[in-house]
Amino acid sequence: MGIFNNIKNIFNKNKDQMTVDEQIIYDQANKYKQGMEKSRNSMMSRLKALFESYDVINDDLFDELEEIFIMADIGVNTVLDIIEKLKADVRMRNLQNMNEFQQIIIDKMFEIYVKDEIVNTNLNINEDGLTILLFVGVNGVGKTTSIGKIAYKLKLEGKKVMMAAGDTFRAGAIDQLKVWAERVGCECITKTEGSDPAAVMYEAIQAAKKNNIDVLLCDTAGRLQTKVNLMKELEKVHRVISREVPGSPHDTLLVIDATTGQNGLNQAKSFTEATAVSGIVLTKLDGTAKGGIVLAIRNELGLPIKFVTLGEKITDIEYFDIEQYIYGLFSDMFE
Amino acid sequence: MAFDSLSDRLQKALKTVTGRGALNEVDIETMMREVRLSLLEADVNFKVVKEFTNEVKQKAKGEKVLKSLTPGQQVVKIVHDELKNIMGEETENLTFKIQGITIFMMVGLNGAGKTTHSGKLALYCRKKFNKKPLLVAADVYRPAAVDQLVTIGKQLSVPTFEMGTEHKPVEIVQKALEFAKENHHDLVIIDTAGRFHINEELMQELKDIKDIVKPDEILLTVDAMTGQDAVNVANSFHEQINVTGAILTKLDGDTRGGAALSIRHVTGVPIKFMGLGEKLDQLEVFHPERMASRILGMGDVLSLIEKAQDSIDEEEAEMMAKKFKNATFDYNDFLKQIKQIKRLGNLKGMLKLIPGISSKLKNIDIDENQFNYIEAIIGSMTEKERRNPDLINSSRKSRISKGSGRDVSEVNRMTKQFEEMRKMMKQMMNMNPKDMEKMMSGMGKPSSNLPSGATSSKGKGKNRGNRRPWM
Repeated sequence: MGIFNNIKNIFNKNKDQMTVDEQIIYDQANKYKQGMEKSRNSMMSRLKALFESYDVINDDLFDELEEIFIMADIGVNTVLDIIEKLKADVRMRNLQNMNEFQQIIIDKMFEIYVKDEIVNTNLNINEDGLTILLFVGVNGVGKTTSIGKIAYKLKLEGKKVMMAAGDTFRAGAIDQLKVWAERVGCECITKTEGSDPAAVMYEAIQAAKKNNIDVLLCDTAGRLQTKVNLMKELEKVHRVISREVPGSPHDTLLVIDATTGQNGLNQAKSFTEATAVSGIVLTKLDGTAKGGIVLAIRNELGLPIKFVTLGEKITDIEYFDIEQYIYGLFSDMFE
Repeated sequence: MAFDSLSDRLQKALKTVTGRGALNEVDIETMMREVRLSLLEADVNFKVVKEFTNEVKQKAKGEKVLKSLTPGQQVVKIVHDELKNIMGEETENLTFKIQGITIFMMVGLNGAGKTTHSGKLALYCRKKFNKKPLLVAADVYRPAAVDQLVTIGKQLSVPTFEMGTEHKPVEIVQKALEFAKENHHDLVIIDTAGRFHINEELMQELKDIKDIVKPDEILLTVDAMTGQDAVNVANSFHEQINVTGAILTKLDGDTRGGAALSIRHVTGVPIKFMGLGEKLDQLEVFHPERMASRILGMGDVLSLIEKAQDSIDEEEAEMMAKKFKNATFDYNDFLKQIKQIKRLGNLKGMLKLIPGISSKLKNIDIDENQFNYIEAIIGSMTEKERRNPDLINSSRKSRISKGSGRDVSEVNRMTKQFEEMRKMMKQMMNMNPKDMEKMMSGMGKPSSNLPSGATSSKGKGKNRGNRRPWM
């Protein structure tokens, strides 16, 4: 199948022989590789050991494979799904060859994500006016930091950006966003702590319209998806935004921490109900956690991942690319 | 409650087993697969799950199953006991210096809740141990982390020591200790920056702080929603700086919190507290025993089983079963049974322990004295009457009524119910096992069980219910 042939070919070239596009892919792949080095190591060493210790494809091998996937926090249902499909494939093709088997594993993971659709990981940018991005998620996943990084990225792309400090609850949250606005070099609309977040959004949208802003990034307070009142509050924020700018928010991004386990699915369900989530930002992928839960979210709920953050620097953010992600997890297998 | 979903899953898993007469190997295997999946879904580390299910499997196979209880429930009990084992035996307390300044250090990944829980701990220790805490803002990296701690300190009226973000954390904590001494604080809580356990530079910083302040507690703050990686994180922090305890945060959500199980099992680090909300007083001591019960959601039934085990003599139970079978069950046996039930304690309290029943109990008035009345009535029977229930005619009844101080109608009702019970026993013993299973499962439903007696009692006034508490 050779999904990675493209990436692999680029890596085999000298950097000065590459086209501009190829260089971009090269740089991106490298970032994923470095950022996900820690995530990859533990998973890879097990996968490698696994393939070294088996010469036949049998049930024990599948059991161990299942464990490796579960270790990556890919949801239990999704893992069972992948394993079933793998078993069927192996049976159908009467597969014996370990190398082919490895390739099929990757193909299956790829299929789970792509699902015969064209997955749109780009932001839904409104080219003729204001684009509004709403950031939601549970406490401590990195919403504010992600806004800082995405704002910076958009600014580098030539957009005029602005932030709205909608987390009026947590102590220090407004100041935290202000610091990021300074780093990015953009304006940040704030009200005092404890004020209505919907009111912050209203004011920010007015300011954005007045100043011909391209993209307004709206922060919200972290909340557990089980808190009914807080979810209602979020619905209101969403409602006010779409009332002020019809068709907005153009993207509602659910921020998920890569260390999150199965609860990520519940988060995705509940936040989607409240605010029509359109994509995922996967944060803290530079740790040892693999963030596999996003594959389950994609598999079970259909939500695409739009960004991954891979470090603490303002530039440590990338548009999500499933090839790169899986490559980041498995690349040792191909080198 | 956080752990409800795990118990749902386990309950579903065990449903195929509870209510059965005996377990075979296949039963146990199916059940263990379900238990395994449900624990994995709960984010329990897969290695822990493996060990756990193996142990439960061994025990389930070997267990001597009590006659009077369904074997399935016995297995539930084994699962529960194992969960309890993993999470540690006792509630762990905080260590304070008897003299001088006690120092707590908060560590953990980014976004786990260190800053909030620094505040919660300060409040807790002031309230509970009468301490005079000082918060120290040593997170100089995250924008506005210092502001956050200062704000929390203000909300609690606890002073916060900060030097902005221009100084090194090591320097800050040194100055903070001097400040604490001068101002007679006896507890210092250091809020450190969130960091990955694999970030060598930042982990070195923690080691440096640790060497300087020699903390009494190093508390690892862990997000209860953490997946399989929880074990790596806990292990790595523990290896590098010797964590003394963990705080599990964000447990007020719907996470199943399997991380709690894994961390304790793999690292041996006790979980000391749990965070149950964003408000600063929402901190509770982590109680492993209670938590194990909560994981199963059937913990209360388990204490019921335990109570039954403690108070029911196995031999006697077997004898009773024989009597059931031969329909030689008499008033003496009945009296014995009632005494056994009474030994279990308050009936309403006991019924409340059964899931699904407590909500139906609200409007039902259960008269605890019913047992006493029955005892009195039987006590007024002659030994001959007790052994030959058929002897009791109306003149005997009126004598019994006088002797026991209960109405003749009440004596009538009781003898009638006793006869019905005997009849039912006979039927049950003649049934084939399949029908019996059907009947038992029907009886298990609270709707068919309790309210039948309770509803009919409604119209008859207080203390006059046609209740059959011994059923």
